[in-house]
Amino acid sequence: MNIDNKIESRKPPVATTGFIGWLRINLFSNWFNTIVTLLVAYFLYQIIPWFLDWAIFSADFIYNYKGERIIDRSFCSRVANPEEYHAACWSIIIVRFYQFIYGFYPVEQVWRVNVTYFLLAIALIPLLVEQLPYRKHLIKFTIIFPIIAFILLYGGFGFEIVPTNKWGGLLVTLVLGVFGIALAFPLGIILALGRRSKLPVISMVCTLFIEFIRGVPLITLLFFGMVMLPLFLPEGINMDGLVRVLVAVTLFQAAYMAEVIRGGLQAIPQGQYEAAQSVGLSYWQMNRKIILPQAIRITIPSIVNTSIGLFKDTTLVIIIGLLDLLGIGRGALADATWMGLSNEVYVFVALVFFIFTFGMSRYSLYLENKLKTGINMGAD
Amino acid sequence: MKKLLSILAVSVFAFSANAGTLDDVKNRGFLKCGVTTGLIGFAAPDDSGNWAGFDVDVCRAVAAAIFGDSSKVEFTTTTGKSRFPTLASGEIDMLARNTTWTLSRDVNLGFEFVGVNYYDGQGFMIPSALGVDDATGLDGATVCIQTGTTTELNLADFFRANNISYEALPIETNDEARENLFAGRCDVYTTDASGLSATRAQADNPNKWVVLPNIISKEPLGPLVRHGDHQWGDVVRWSLNTMIIAEELGVSSANVDDSKSSNIPEVLRLLGVEGGYGEMLELSNDFAYNIIKQVGNYSESFDRNIGPDTPLGIGRNLNALWTDGGILYAPPFR
Amino acid sequence: MQKNLFSDEKSRGILYQTLVVGFFALAIYFIVNTTAYNLEKRNIATGFGFLNNPAGFDISFSPFLDYKSTDTHLKVYFVGVLNTLLVSFTGCIAATILGFIVGIIRLSSNWLLSRTAYVYVEFTRNVPLILQIILWYAILIQLPRIKQAPQIWDTFYISNRGLYGPRPIYEDGFFIVSIFILLSFFIAFFVRRWAKKRQDNTGQQFPTFTTNLGIIILLPLLIFFIMGSPMTLEYPVLKGFNFKGGMVIRPEFIAMFLALTIYTGAFISETVRSGILSVTKGQREASGALGLKQNWIMRLIIIPQALRVIVPPLTSQYLNLTKNSSLGIAVGYADLVHGFGGISLNQTGQAIECMAITMATYLVISLTISFFMNIYNKSIQFKEK
Repeated sequence: MNIDNKIESRKPPVATTGFIGWLRINLFSNWFNTIVTLLVAYFLYQIIPWFLDWAIFSADFIYNYKGERIIDRSFCSRVANPEEYHAACWSIIIVRFYQFIYGFYPVEQVWRVNVTYFLLAIALIPLLVEQLPYRKHLIKFTIIFPIIAFILLYGGFGFEIVPTNKWGGLLVTLVLGVFGIALAFPLGIILALGRRSKLPVISMVCTLFIEFIRGVPLITLLFFGMVMLPLFLPEGINMDGLVRVLVAVTLFQAAYMAEVIRGGLQAIPQGQYEAAQSVGLSYWQMNRKIILPQAIRITIPSIVNTSIGLFKDTTLVIIIGLLDLLGIGRGALADATWMGLSNEVYVFVALVFFIFTFGMSRYSLYLENKLKTGINMGAD
Repeated sequence: MKKLLSILAVSVFAFSANAGTLDDVKNRGFLKCGVTTGLIGFAAPDDSGNWAGFDVDVCRAVAAAIFGDSSKVEFTTTTGKSRFPTLASGEIDMLARNTTWTLSRDVNLGFEFVGVNYYDGQGFMIPSALGVDDATGLDGATVCIQTGTTTELNLADFFRANNISYEALPIETNDEARENLFAGRCDVYTTDASGLSATRAQADNPNKWVVLPNIISKEPLGPLVRHGDHQWGDVVRWSLNTMIIAEELGVSSANVDDSKSSNIPEVLRLLGVEGGYGEMLELSNDFAYNIIKQVGNYSESFDRNIGPDTPLGIGRNLNALWTDGGILYAPPFR
Repeated sequence: MQKNLFSDEKSRGILYQTLVVGFFALAIYFIVNTTAYNLEKRNIATGFGFLNNPAGFDISFSPFLDYKSTDTHLKVYFVGVLNTLLVSFTGCIAATILGFIVGIIRLSSNWLLSRTAYVYVEFTRNVPLILQIILWYAILIQLPRIKQAPQIWDTFYISNRGLYGPRPIYEDGFFIVSIFILLSFFIAFFVRRWAKKRQDNTGQQFPTFTTNLGIIILLPLLIFFIMGSPMTLEYPVLKGFNFKGGMVIRPEFIAMFLALTIYTGAFISETVRSGILSVTKGQREASGALGLKQNWIMRLIIIPQALRVIVPPLTSQYLNLTKNSSLGIAVGYADLVHGFGGISLNQTGQAIECMAITMATYLVISLTISFFMNIYNKSIQFKEK
């Protein structure tokens, strides 16, 4: 070895900080990643501008390319001049916006729906914000909200009665979603406690019920509500169509919630039960004051997740002829004045659902991180 | 609390307490009528949500007869599948939804058809470019059918009897079938000829579509009620008959006021000037006047919704009065 | 002691249970009574005799059974069950593959790729499935019409009535080939066992995958040619209104398959992702220290451990997919709910019987899936030695 041989000075390491460094690590770390990045970028370059152009920049909203106000499909640029125009014609949504939001609710009474939407937002606040002054009192409002909403929407107490077959669009979607969840929650708790009960008969009945509901598709339960429920009722009594659907939706949701809550109950350490009993609490006192508050707290993310599932599943009611948001959309497409604009309708409905469910899923993720449970209990 | 519970109970359950449908409707203050989810010309909501159409007019006529106000109707949408359970359960008082009068529906399902407001038959619609002019030339074609109807059974029978093959595509609603036909998913759409005309009217260029001359079934369409409540059945039956009789007598919404001083005895009976025929039905004596004034006679309703001047462009044909070569015939108002 | 929760109140427990039993007995008695009365009053027939009556209507999509309108409602039921199983089974397999790929991509170091996967997952998870089915169908309907169907190599045709391709026609002697196909799988299975045993004993590795691939492909192929190619292909030919001959995949099926796969795949990718994340970092580092290559670390160390976390939620995804296949009614896919629970119910009016059979069938399918997935789950769980 020759002592005089100098070692070549090494190059500084490649940048790992700054924008260039970030690019290098995250997008171009090796030749394979570089190819993938370029391919994905090309794909996005093809899709995103095309979609934005279709949905926004070249789309018709109120006026068409000739500057005429669009009152039916023949005015849409892409119908009037299909050679040159391909972009969306949102006028179908704009003209029928009232139906999409309220269904056939009478115009002079529609303030009641608006008040209900507003109160719904208020009722949700104490559930969403934990550090809220007077939260305990606001929660009471949240609990009685379904009753207030029912009176406002349906009528009575001096309000004119608006029968449920006039409800439609987002209103029906929200009614099914909110009432379904609100009614299923207590039922789910009872079923979960029942399934864990030491009394064999009660536990068996609850288990059978839960497993039966979870084993069949929601659509069969909706058919059940529509076709079979009327046969079970005595002569001269019949149930409102929306209520029959609500019964099916609630039973369905309750079974799934029960399983989630049961997971929470199982996670409560034995010591909690023993401690509760040792201070002489009865079964109901123990569950109400000690066990359930803890179990529900840790399962809220999963409860929200099943609720998202239910909210999406409310669209199935179109199969039995109820006009929810998607049903109103299809109704608009059935009208000769607007038919053929299915892409616009479906994209709009998808977007509305996305806003609601994505918001809910963000919320559940936020709770999950806050609780740091990190365990997803049986939610789908 | 008590009040809340009672409202809750009334909204969730509708109690009819066997008082008879007519009394229920009168107490309620409006009529509940089942219609399609949307069939242009027969029943469809417009942009502002008002229902209009030939079947809708029957509902409006009954409302006019009972309340003297044709707007006192609530419409419930029903699919081919849900229409019978909805009527059977009492959720609606009557069904006016291009429903075919068959023995099994009349007898076995426990309904009562009170008459026929449209004599129809099942036909076929194809693109004229196919160059087929007879249904027997459809060997191997794909056929869209609306399920839950008599048409799928008729269709199978027809193709079997003629020993030709086809591919059936059963579809839940008329709109989906239409979309599929226009997109070319199927070659043929088969349903009642009136429905075909309605579908054809919705095409971008109706001339590109032809309705084949073959009519493979009898489809008398009419309103129906639950079996057993004869008083109610009579009210609906005579509301419909009134429209037909009015046409026979030449009484229309335009001349109904003048006709009150007519010298034809049957016109006077019809309009309640003479005799107490409304009271026999437990209605007011001018019930027919209200129907004609507010809804019009049969030909007015026909021309307004489905007649030659509408996009549907259906001729009277079988549905012309018996005096004009059709088979429309109402018992005398006497 | 929780066990004694009710033991000192035994009588109370018995009272509760008697009340529950009594309540249910009363309710059932009441419902059965009113239902029987209602059925009689409405003249609705009861019993399962209608199953043997001719159905009278046609179903075109019946890839397994030869169905005609003169067949019975019972056959409609079997057609429906098979169609439900077909779309569920293919959907589960495709959704699993898609879910694993997307789940791994979500953890990729490539920012753009993982973000794109994230957007896909969020968009599909948060839009109702039925809407996605309808949307896919609306897209497929916009494919070229049958007369303008573009062709690929004169063999495959793409149209809005389906994808047409050649259909194999088996001749005499194909039976022997099929025996050898089975045989080759057996051989492959034993090769794998032998290779694993040898590796356990001696540490020597054997290229199992390539060997077995060779056996499975080459052996039957060899026999196929020895037997004188006992199979011909039947090509679809445009005749009259439709293609005659060949094989066809209908757009109703494709829409269901795509929507179910893409929707469920998004959910599976999330469970796969959380499963992989549940394997501790130390495992990855330790296997790296042993000098294993990246893809080997994934295959041999990470995935087997992650599976223990993945399989239970995967089971419920399979159940969901199977139940969701009942939405075929939205696009006219003749599954159990659309065919038997829909058309048959309508034509016979026997709602209670049809719905009871339909529900019971789904229960049986659900229980069967749970049963096999539980066996699989047990086999991959950590075994203490």
